[in-house]
Amino acid sequence: MTPADRTTRRRFLIVAGGALLGAARLGAAQQPGTLPGSGTTGALGDPGAAGRSQAPTTDRDNDLAIQAIEKRLRCTCGCTLDVYTCRTTDFTCTYSPQLHREVLQLRESGMSGQQIVDAFVAKYGEQALMAPEPHGVNLAGYLVPGTLVTAAGAVMLWILSRRRVRTTAELAPVAVDATPAELEQLRQALAESED
Amino acid sequence: MTLLGQFALWTAFLLGLWCAVVGFSGRWRGRPDLTSSVTRAVYGICASLLVAAACLWKALITHDFSLEYVWAYTSRNLPTYYVLSAFWAGQKGSLLFWALVLSIFASAAQALSSRRYAALLPYVAAVTSAVVAFFVSVMLFAANPFERLAFTPLDGRGLNPQLQNVGMTIHPPMLYLGYISITIPFAFAVAALMSRKLDTGWIHAIRKWTIVSWIFLSVGITLGMWWAYVELGWGGYWAWDPVENASLLPWLTMTAFLHSVMIQEKRGMLKRWNLGLIVGTFMLSIFGTFITRSGVIASVHSFTQSNVGYFFLAFLIMAGAFGFTLLYTRWPLLEPEARLESMVSREAAFLFNNLLFVGIAFSVLWGTLFPILSELVRGTKITVGPPFFNRVNIPLGLLLLALTGIGPLIAWRKASTANLRRQFTWPVASGLATALVLFAAGMRDWYAMLALALAGFVAGTVAIEFFRGVRARRRIHGEAIPAALFRLIARNRRRYGGYIVHVGMLIYFVGFTGMAFKREREATLKPGQSIELRSPYGHTYRFTHVGISQYQALNRIVSAATVQIARDGKPEGVMTSEKRQHFTIENGEKVPSFEPSTEVAIRSDLREDLYIVFAGPVNGTEEAVYRFTINPLVWWIWYGGFVLLFGGIITMWPGDGSPMPSMARRTQAGYGVTLVGAGEAS
Repeated sequence: MTPADRTTRRRFLIVAGGALLGAARLGAAQQPGTLPGSGTTGALGDPGAAGRSQAPTTDRDNDLAIQAIEKRLRCTCGCTLDVYTCRTTDFTCTYSPQLHREVLQLRESGMSGQQIVDAFVAKYGEQALMAPEPHGVNLAGYLVPGTLVTAAGAVMLWILSRRRVRTTAELAPVAVDATPAELEQLRQALAESED
Repeated sequence: MTLLGQFALWTAFLLGLWCAVVGFSGRWRGRPDLTSSVTRAVYGICASLLVAAACLWKALITHDFSLEYVWAYTSRNLPTYYVLSAFWAGQKGSLLFWALVLSIFASAAQALSSRRYAALLPYVAAVTSAVVAFFVSVMLFAANPFERLAFTPLDGRGLNPQLQNVGMTIHPPMLYLGYISITIPFAFAVAALMSRKLDTGWIHAIRKWTIVSWIFLSVGITLGMWWAYVELGWGGYWAWDPVENASLLPWLTMTAFLHSVMIQEKRGMLKRWNLGLIVGTFMLSIFGTFITRSGVIASVHSFTQSNVGYFFLAFLIMAGAFGFTLLYTRWPLLEPEARLESMVSREAAFLFNNLLFVGIAFSVLWGTLFPILSELVRGTKITVGPPFFNRVNIPLGLLLLALTGIGPLIAWRKASTANLRRQFTWPVASGLATALVLFAAGMRDWYAMLALALAGFVAGTVAIEFFRGVRARRRIHGEAIPAALFRLIARNRRRYGGYIVHVGMLIYFVGFTGMAFKREREATLKPGQSIELRSPYGHTYRFTHVGISQYQALNRIVSAATVQIARDGKPEGVMTSEKRQHFTIENGEKVPSFEPSTEVAIRSDLREDLYIVFAGPVNGTEEAVYRFTINPLVWWIWYGGFVLLFGGIITMWPGDGSPMPSMARRTQAGYGVTLVGAGEAS
């Protein structure tokens, strides 16, 4: 056995020993009794590494009406997501859970979805919305693209319909001496080769 | 290496300036030495930037933390492939990557273009070199990847965990390749305008480049959607974020160009429109870069806010002014050779298709910029998010899907009523049958049903086109079906490759429709507890929380939450979602480098995805908060991407597959003659 072999073996033993020790440390820190169906809840060895502690969910978190309201409201943390998406995606955000609680409180006070949205706009300004309400200048935001496309389409149709009248006379059929069978064969050949 | 990298950047910059000045001035005319000097300068720029890139890669691999860029985006415990991909993870490195790839494309354009376009190539070299010189100047004067720190830290900050995904290694390069390669068609368009050689030559010269660019953009966008879906954990793939929109904009106008250019090739029409589309597409690619790098509009994807935005804004204005002024001055030379004759013709269908593509591009641009406009007009900040874009774009998208099926069915020049009846019968029947089957199956979401019925219509169109082509070959050549199909595609790669791309697009639409049937539920579970969720197909899934295990991987501590799955009572295995706490080592201690990130558990099949997100533990115990989602048809989107790529490769496969020269094909009898009794014969 060469010295190099001995070094390699020693390194292997050191690494393997280190790995075993590390595993033992993690195992020791983790509480037993977490088998499926046992119902007991062990503590995590390193809770800080598992992300921010979460509040247990309630039925209201899954209320579709609440979710629909939250999808209209923007989270104020700067993430550009709506409140629902942020609170169910960015689990480090502290803003969206708070905004969620606000929505729930307003709902409990008897407000409708639109009233809750209006309350948010009153409190946080118009940028609390994921999309502006279609009023005033914002209405232009909604109407301009569709109006322009429709107008351009109408102009194109108008020009084409005028051109059709003008060119129909120019396109006199050319007399071709061919039988219907030959015409069909030509059409099929064209169908195959035409780009 | 830092000095060598700096030197290489300056060399590339000066060569770029030389090439641009000589190329644009036209002094190379009648001077073969200057012409070859311009070409050699393009290769020289490429070589210089390769040296600069090699220097940065070496600094990354050797952990040279004296470089600010290496320190900011890597750490010693970062896996090697992420160290390599950190090249484009940050502003400075991605600028170098951009310049490098553009210089490679510019060299390829010089080396691979036919000598028929020799009169265009010096102008092409000038445009590409000017653009490269601009990017290098941004690096030299605002965002230098070789900037040194005042001292050398022992370790780097590491790469953002969300960038530590295989998508990071392929998505940005693909998207950049798409953005960057748009410069080549733009350069040829400018060359044609400057040289006044405005026949179809420049169109033929850029055909492959536009398809290459379009394929890279398509793949890049699809990979971006996939990355967002698997990494960000929100259960979606497209959020109408400004940076996402910025990538979609040039794709839309490029797609419009790929359709309208066929009219120019066949009928000599739409010359001005096509040049406008190419210039506009280039502008939009620079606009996208401006949006991504300036921080002018809030986005989750943006690089950190910096002053490079001003450089891009200035370049955008100059390039736009130059391109459109050039187009305006050549306007009289761009008279169409023919005129549209009927609104019931393929040309008209392509025109409406262009209108929709450009209309959608406008609406996306409008929505992206509307917050700025609103603030300017009203002084009020607003957000324009998915509700706006969905409301405006879904109807336009459905119209476009309908035109995808209509266009190929209508004859060139003018379609007769008999022709329309013959062509539309089966595709319309296919669309109606799809709608009926869905209705019978209980679907009552009318938008989704319309989208799927239109997908059925487009599928019918493509099927009938293949069927007729194969039948014609079998009758004329007596071939077997597989041989006829193969030769049909091989002899008409552009046409049938295009149809395959249409199939890819309809598959995307089917995938998008699935989002209408998404099911979602949050739950807090102790080990052994379970919840049930019913899928849109009527299956009941039972999710049982098994427990949370923690272990250390290379550069992170992993908390893995495992869930047992059963479908209709039948066990389907386990899925594991993770929290990852990345760390660096400082003084022998693990120091968290970022907030804990989430790894989603996904199980896909053709019908639906199970998508599980471990939100976090309750009070440091194994009690876990989850979000369970059933996402129908998502896999179809990734599959559509493959089909689209396959179709794109067919369309750009070398050679046109036909013994007929393309110019001769343009003037073949079928386009010039109206057959007597054509209606009766069918």
